[in-house]
Amino acid sequence: MKSIIQVDLLRKTYGTIVAVDDISFEVKEGEIFGMVGPNGAGKTTTIECLEGLRRPDGGSLRVLGVDPQVDSQTLRTHTGIQLQQSNLPDRMKVWEALDLYSSFYPHSADWETLLAQLGLEEKRNAPFAKLSGGQKQRLFIALALLPDPQLVFLDELTTGLDPQARHAIWDLVRDVRSKGKTILMTTHFMEEAERLCDRVAILDQGRIVALDSPVNLVHELGSEERVAFNLDEPIPAELLEGLSRLGNLKVDGGWVSVIENDHRQTELVGEVVQLLTTSGARFRDLRTEQPDLEDVFLKMTGRTIRE
Amino acid sequence: MKSLIKMTWMESKLFLREPVGAFFTLVFPLMMLFLFGSIYGNTPTAMFGGYGTVDISIPAYTAMIIATTGLMGLTITLASNRENGVLRRLRTTPVSPFVILAAQVIVMFVMTSIGMLLLVLAGKLVFHVQFDGQAASVMAGFVLCCLSFFSLGFILAALVPTARAAQVVGMALLYPMLFLSGAGFPRELLPETIKKVSTYLPLTYVVNLLRGLWIGEYWSQHITDAVVLGTLLVVGILVSIKIFRWE
Repeated sequence: MKSIIQVDLLRKTYGTIVAVDDISFEVKEGEIFGMVGPNGAGKTTTIECLEGLRRPDGGSLRVLGVDPQVDSQTLRTHTGIQLQQSNLPDRMKVWEALDLYSSFYPHSADWETLLAQLGLEEKRNAPFAKLSGGQKQRLFIALALLPDPQLVFLDELTTGLDPQARHAIWDLVRDVRSKGKTILMTTHFMEEAERLCDRVAILDQGRIVALDSPVNLVHELGSEERVAFNLDEPIPAELLEGLSRLGNLKVDGGWVSVIENDHRQTELVGEVVQLLTTSGARFRDLRTEQPDLEDVFLKMTGRTIRE
Repeated sequence: MKSLIKMTWMESKLFLREPVGAFFTLVFPLMMLFLFGSIYGNTPTAMFGGYGTVDISIPAYTAMIIATTGLMGLTITLASNRENGVLRRLRTTPVSPFVILAAQVIVMFVMTSIGMLLLVLAGKLVFHVQFDGQAASVMAGFVLCCLSFFSLGFILAALVPTARAAQVVGMALLYPMLFLSGAGFPRELLPETIKKVSTYLPLTYVVNLLRGLWIGEYWSQHITDAVVLGTLLVVGILVSIKIFRWE
């Protein structure tokens, strides 16, 4: 697999704050590579150094074989960029934006086709300010695809969108990848990274704390099982005691999770249910859960991503 | 070239869709002309050197349009495009920064020209104005005045933090200047002390130059105006290159 992006000891500081602390990674052709982490982890700074919008303080970068600082023109011609913070003029219409931006590229994709592909046909004459959050993001994806790019940067693509719009955008991103394009994306939704990315770099405080496919990252945690349920009442003391003998307990409002200890080889669900029925507690929504990227982040940093 | 044409066309449409800007550039000066024309008529008077109120109002209102587009239109557009990340998004494409800024200048210039053209047409058709100048000479003066005020607009846009601030600062500079420079109404009506203040206002030189050229005076009679405006233009360009911000 050809390497599309190579990052070697990238460093960026703002005054005394180290935003990106000597990170290295590689993105291969045709993959969806995700950078996840909380706000301030250094994701956007990294992606903007790669886009050539920010000058790194140290390290070396190659994007599509060029240094973004040296040959920004090549980069701008062959990459599609969706920025975390950007806008179009309020009164610019959807078709006008596509028509205008397509004139910037020597070999622009046909914007009429993109308009249809991204489901914006009926919003064709709508001014930018009148679009919903999801429609705006779809328009930005369309603009990013105009140069028919080899590489697409997507920075916090679905932040602020409702779940339905988010799922629609995910389908679009998978579509883009299936056309052979490489995607580098950032997100602070672990679920998004898990659903979309082939490989994920987990960033925290400017460093990469883990880098692998979502499946491997989760697998490395060990396949600990957990059982969660909801209680309408405060958890009775004897039940609490019994449960804590089965595994680690996490109580969050009415939610109680029992996380299996690595060493036990018992049937966790059965034992939990048995304890619950004998205690007579009224429980709802009993379910088993597999660990996910949120748990990986928790384990690597000792914090939840929303803290 | 293709992108410059597209960009200019797009910016023209956006300009016309913004009712306030279009109103003050294209409609308001005409309203002023009809209002004061109907009050004073266009009878030649000695105070205006044998010209009528409407005769001398046309170059003065043209100066008003130049100041409005330069200090308000251009400044607010640039500041709001910067504030909203419009410029940032454009900078991620291969389009040259020259195209982005040139399109703005061209649109403001064309809109100002249309504003002036409407004044001239209304003056000719309704008030039968006298024009004793040389068309080419007036055009040259008009271009110089526009460009030097646009360069002021660029400086202002770089200095203000937000579009809202651009609006406030633009107005604070524009309105006193309109009253004191002779653009809003003839300077002959102002008391001596205020006339002295007006020598510090760049718009005064625009009014002087345009009024002079309009009634057939020569550039050689307006060297001060030309030098002041020329200097403003050069300094404006140099300073804006130094301080212009894309985000």
